[in-house]
Amino acid sequence: MQQTASPTPIVSLRDVQKSFGSLKVLDGVSFAVERGEVLAIIGRSGSGKSTALRCIDRFEKVDGGEIIVCGRRVDLPDIDLRALRQDVGIVFQSYNLFPHLTIEQNITLAPCSVKRMGLSEAKALARKVLAQVGLEEKVHAYPEQLSGGQQQRAAIARSLAMQPKVMLFDEVTSALDPELTGEVLKVIEQLAADGMTMVMVTHEMGFARSIADRIVFMHRGKVHETGPASILTAPTTPELVQFVGTGNLKS
Amino acid sequence: MSIELDFPAVLERWPNFVGGAILTLELAFFATVSGALLGTLAAVGRGTHSRLIARICKVYVEAIRNTPLLVQIFLVYFGLASIGLKLSAFTVAVVALTINVGAYTAEIMRAGFEAIPRGQIEAAEGLALTRFQIYWHIILLPAVEKVYPALTSQFVLLMLASSVCSQISAEELTAVANYIQSDTYRAFETYIIVAVLYILLSLVMRAGFWGLGLVLFPRRRQLGTPL
Repeated sequence: MQQTASPTPIVSLRDVQKSFGSLKVLDGVSFAVERGEVLAIIGRSGSGKSTALRCIDRFEKVDGGEIIVCGRRVDLPDIDLRALRQDVGIVFQSYNLFPHLTIEQNITLAPCSVKRMGLSEAKALARKVLAQVGLEEKVHAYPEQLSGGQQQRAAIARSLAMQPKVMLFDEVTSALDPELTGEVLKVIEQLAADGMTMVMVTHEMGFARSIADRIVFMHRGKVHETGPASILTAPTTPELVQFVGTGNLKS
Repeated sequence: MSIELDFPAVLERWPNFVGGAILTLELAFFATVSGALLGTLAAVGRGTHSRLIARICKVYVEAIRNTPLLVQIFLVYFGLASIGLKLSAFTVAVVALTINVGAYTAEIMRAGFEAIPRGQIEAAEGLALTRFQIYWHIILLPAVEKVYPALTSQFVLLMLASSVCSQISAEELTAVANYIQSDTYRAFETYIIVAVLYILLSLVMRAGFWGLGLVLFPRRRQLGTPL
């Protein structure tokens, strides 16, 4: 169910600038994500791709430019952060499950305390999202009892429970071995098939090619090349040629 | 040189010993509860963006950690009296011990807060939790868990240090002992008994903290990880 022709994008960045001290990390980054679209941001380490992603959820404040997420101006200082973060789900490389809570408690915490959902309703929701990621049987386990892949799937489920309008994935498989990576990617693939709008920073080129509607290749803080997934097989700029040529493109 | 010990002469005053021991436990209990609260607030205060609050908390912690407990007790005792507050010796003792242990708790809790990975807080922020909810659900308990052994040792130390409160005639265990030994002229026997009673009180407190740990950290209980 793709609705790529939706009039206003869910996420749009226009000429975004960001520096850490004297280091310019984002130098005029612009891209947009339509409803139901899957955008993959690729590039070398240090190219600014993670920073760009984190700006969408305002984990980084930008120095200039405009960011609009679900109709909100994220770059303005008076942004309602909590409203923004109810619309945006984010999943991190290091899972960041809460170690002292069971998987069920990890998932029910935000719906109960942010959305004031009743506990029994939240528990039913937890079961539903855990089924989506194939972890129903781990509902009462603690994070440390799960494998890395299972922890990351639980973290995805935790985000899904807030029913976000867009999901951000920040190198979610970088800490996993190939086998565990596969089970996490399968979950993300299913989400894409269900029509979830997603922005992902990834090093999995094969995966990006198969799932992404559009690719943004970042290089030195700029969007160097962008286009449909086919640019990975037929890159036009020498930098992307070199990037996909260095053994990154494997499926 | 030989020592003649006459325990029965001292032990017949057992109701006084028991009364003193109970009062010591009560002192320790109230000072632990309020000191844990005060110390946690001070630790949070030191981490806030407000420079003023952070500075006040730092001055409090340093002032307490660099002065003797007895002097602090006298300051509270005579200070409150000079502004016209007539409080019982017990209340003064609880207040002074709270202020004292609060400072040490603040330092221990600060270490606990700093041990919480940044990613935990980002994940909670990403789920739209408020600052208070993040402290309450994500930071506080794991921070306490990380420093629980240091924290509980500090509270046991507080109970032992409360013997200094005998100086303002709070009727705790050491004050009772001072009274009994001057009455019976059996100082050595008296303090041997008192020492044993303090050991027992320490064991009681440690058992209490062990039980509390089982309640506070269900994951440890379920997975069998020792604290």
